[in-house]
Amino acid sequence: MLNNAYPALATGRRLPNLWDVVAILCVFGAIVGLVHVGQGALVPLNAPHATEISLDPANLPGYAVRTTLRMFAAILASLLFTLTYATAAAKSRRLGLVLVPILDILQSVPILGFLTFTVVFFMSLFPGQVLGLELAAVFAIFTSQAWNMAFSFYQSLKTVPADLAEASVSFHLTGWQRFWRLEVPFAVPGLVWNTMMSMSGGWFFVVASEAISVGDNTWKLPGIGSYVALALEQRDIHAVLYAIGAMLVVILLYDQLLFRPLVAWSAKFRFETTASATADDPWVLRIIRRTRLLQLAGGAVGSAVGAFGGLRLSFLPRRSASAADHKPSRVVDALCLLALVPVLAWAVYHLVGFVSTELSWADLGQVFVLGLITMLRVIVLIALASLIWVPIGVWIGLRPVWARRVQPLAQFLAAFPANLLFPPVVLAIVSFHLNPDIWLTPLMVLGTQWYILFNVVAGAAAFPGDLQEAAKNFQVGGFLWWRRVILPGIFSYYVTGAITASGGSWNAAIVAEVVSWGTTKLTAHGLGAYIADATDKGDMARVVLGVAVMSGFVLLFNRLLWRPLYGYAQRRLTLA
Amino acid sequence: MDTIIAAHPTLLEVEACRQSYRKDAGNADLVVLEDVNLTLREGEIVALLGRSGSGKSTLLRIVAGLLKPTAGRVTWRGEPIKGPADGVAMVFQSFALFPWLTVQENVELGLEARGVPRVEREQRAEAAIDLIGLGGFESAYPKELSGGMRQRVGLARALVVHPDLLLMDEPFSALDVLTAETLRTDLIDLWSDGRLPVKSVLMVTHNIEEAVLMTDRILVFSTNPGRVASELVVPFPHPRNRLDPAFRQMVDDIYALMTRRPAPGLRAATALAPAAIAMPLHRVGTNMMSGLMETLAGPPYEGRADLPALAGSLQLEADELLPLGETLQLLHFAVVEEGDIHLTDQGRSFVNAETDDRKRLFAEALRAHVPLAAMIRQVLDERWNHRASAVRFRDELEDHMSPDYADETLRSVIGWGRYAELFSYDEEAEQFSLEDIE
Repeated sequence: MLNNAYPALATGRRLPNLWDVVAILCVFGAIVGLVHVGQGALVPLNAPHATEISLDPANLPGYAVRTTLRMFAAILASLLFTLTYATAAAKSRRLGLVLVPILDILQSVPILGFLTFTVVFFMSLFPGQVLGLELAAVFAIFTSQAWNMAFSFYQSLKTVPADLAEASVSFHLTGWQRFWRLEVPFAVPGLVWNTMMSMSGGWFFVVASEAISVGDNTWKLPGIGSYVALALEQRDIHAVLYAIGAMLVVILLYDQLLFRPLVAWSAKFRFETTASATADDPWVLRIIRRTRLLQLAGGAVGSAVGAFGGLRLSFLPRRSASAADHKPSRVVDALCLLALVPVLAWAVYHLVGFVSTELSWADLGQVFVLGLITMLRVIVLIALASLIWVPIGVWIGLRPVWARRVQPLAQFLAAFPANLLFPPVVLAIVSFHLNPDIWLTPLMVLGTQWYILFNVVAGAAAFPGDLQEAAKNFQVGGFLWWRRVILPGIFSYYVTGAITASGGSWNAAIVAEVVSWGTTKLTAHGLGAYIADATDKGDMARVVLGVAVMSGFVLLFNRLLWRPLYGYAQRRLTLA
Repeated sequence: MDTIIAAHPTLLEVEACRQSYRKDAGNADLVVLEDVNLTLREGEIVALLGRSGSGKSTLLRIVAGLLKPTAGRVTWRGEPIKGPADGVAMVFQSFALFPWLTVQENVELGLEARGVPRVEREQRAEAAIDLIGLGGFESAYPKELSGGMRQRVGLARALVVHPDLLLMDEPFSALDVLTAETLRTDLIDLWSDGRLPVKSVLMVTHNIEEAVLMTDRILVFSTNPGRVASELVVPFPHPRNRLDPAFRQMVDDIYALMTRRPAPGLRAATALAPAAIAMPLHRVGTNMMSGLMETLAGPPYEGRADLPALAGSLQLEADELLPLGETLQLLHFAVVEEGDIHLTDQGRSFVNAETDDRKRLFAEALRAHVPLAAMIRQVLDERWNHRASAVRFRDELEDHMSPDYADETLRSVIGWGRYAELFSYDEEAEQFSLEDIE
């Protein structure tokens, strides 16, 4: 440690350098922005300008900042949730029995359908305050981010290498130290990647959750989402374009300033024993590493975190690492199950009562048919997107120069909230009098198709050179090459991308099957439109039914198609 | 030398230690360690020598407080061990370094866990790093280092806490020959000079020469169940010379010990076992088997070889050569006794045969001497569709051995059966069949 500080002092460069100036500007700008937003969130709802949106482009930077901060509030909440929920599920066998399936279900529930009700809930917590609306929006984003992060962390906790676990026990690390020295670092690469995926999904939700109608009232939180909503009402295509531009800038900034450096930094925690070729550091990370002030600040933060994680806290009595000496007690198991019974009974009772008064079998039948229609859309879209992007992705992935350029672009496009791109499409449908049942459909994959592209690019780029050479040497070409060489080679990557894409498409159905342009409203038949319609009418029973059936479809889709495919790919088609 | 050590205070005492675990459905306990006794005093290096599966690593983990024995007493300085004891530090076969911590941070880890203040931590870490020859690498991450340097970090991390007892779990087996030798001599030099801040060392190894080169006392373990077959005192002063005839003689004797002991044990185990199919098989490839038989048949061995010499010239460790020899013995292709191996008539005819005949001979040997293989083939012959799930065989094996051994045994028999064209196996469906078998 001492010899690290030595050269910096020896050079006598004590004056801040140019980068320090840049850094100071950035830091203070962020602080001012935070204060401004904080003031905005704490005013009463009926205060002047509290929920008023203006289409003046000059307001866009301010709106963009507020939208972004909502995102970060949600991601912080998701991280807190991840560190607690996943830890509880991984460390306690009994809790895990309940918590893991819950997480699995929550992952496939389209929360977008519940937006109205969460808004009502949070407004009742802070009556008459903008804070209630803000929290509702943050909650909506949170629900789109937290589950996969928690899952990734849970899986990391379950796969901590046995020798490191033994080493930490034999060197007397306490539970707390073990968590911060071993388990969290081990989970970092997966967690960072999933956080990035979550952020991409989150932009979609933040835009959808800023303009919310509750009964007859429509609230608009200052932000890019409500700006677009207003532009749609007023048929102002220029404003829509401005918003798209602003969003492009925001995503570019967050991508470059935050996630590129974060991903590069997380490579340090990758569990591998050999040094692999790594890409160049992103420019932001270079600045951070070269700027004296930022370096000192980073060092201070680092040692604070280190001291925090190094605290010799212990929540459980120290014990040996073997599982053999604390056998699970069946009596306690039975007691835990018994405690669950009343809760379940209560839930079933209320559900049955609620459903039997409000809904009939005919409703279920109708929703099921609509679900089939939406499923057909998802299947056709994923198939089409695959047909288009797999060959393109392979072509790009096999050319390293192109892959390096396209990969960030595809990730960037995946992060862009596709709902901002809806208005131009709607305008086209209206002016050419196209059939909404067909032409609204592509909107569902507008944002999610990129997952297929960048996963296929990654797969093709990782395809071993010797196998390529072997294929060339034996003159394997044409269709045979696709069937025997490259498609099996990229299959597990493709499945990963397709799972994300199809999950996102189901969710997008709720906003993509009903779109409006001023007073013109285009509706496609499907479960998404059904849920959106019920939400508009405030018909809770039908929202619940619609969301439940959609969750069921997503769950079955995952269990019957994607999981077996993924398992097969992992077993048979991985090159390791 | 042993008289001097006998006067030293006792550090560790293991009495009648037994480690077994019960399968959920099974009726019999699976015994890993049986009736092991060990006394360790200050000032000695002791080796636990044995084949894989002899329970020596299990014993080390019990001493480290990572495992609790099923029965028996383990005391550290007179106190029963409950969890990792203070004054015991461990070096791992896989190094077990934290890839996100630098060399310095890895070394400081144990001190940090004990709440040693930062300044003292850094000083002691520097001292340990310099002692073990890692000076200059403080800020490197493990993945930037070679295997030898990584294990030096593992050593420094253990030494920095100034343990009374240093535990080493096959510390050099993941390293190449030259690197391992450098590390061994460096460590012994430090020990002989009294510069190693430890009072005693307990190391697990399957390398016979390593044990004779480094330690004062060797406990030779037998397999199934693991127990101490014999205890030897190594009388040579350091530095030791591998080419010294007395050294060679000791290595030869240990080879003889290790090849003599398992045979009666194995026979007893099969006699006691409820089903003969539950014989643990070693994962030995058919290419290795034919290679060894061809080598044995050719000059200079002409059918008979001394195992240590054979191991040396083939660059195989005892842990690799002994299972190979035993498998050939099981198939009646060779006989292993008293540290020697010689080909049988079946072995010779195998060597002289062409591919198809070799397969036929191998299939005959399998059906005659490997009950599991014979049983699989019999079941397949009896079934109308000539198919059988591997799960039932696995379950049956797991009634008599740990899941890991059951898996290894099943994989061995699959490999041999495929080579012999006795049956075929579909990995995806986990199914044996007679497809492609004429």
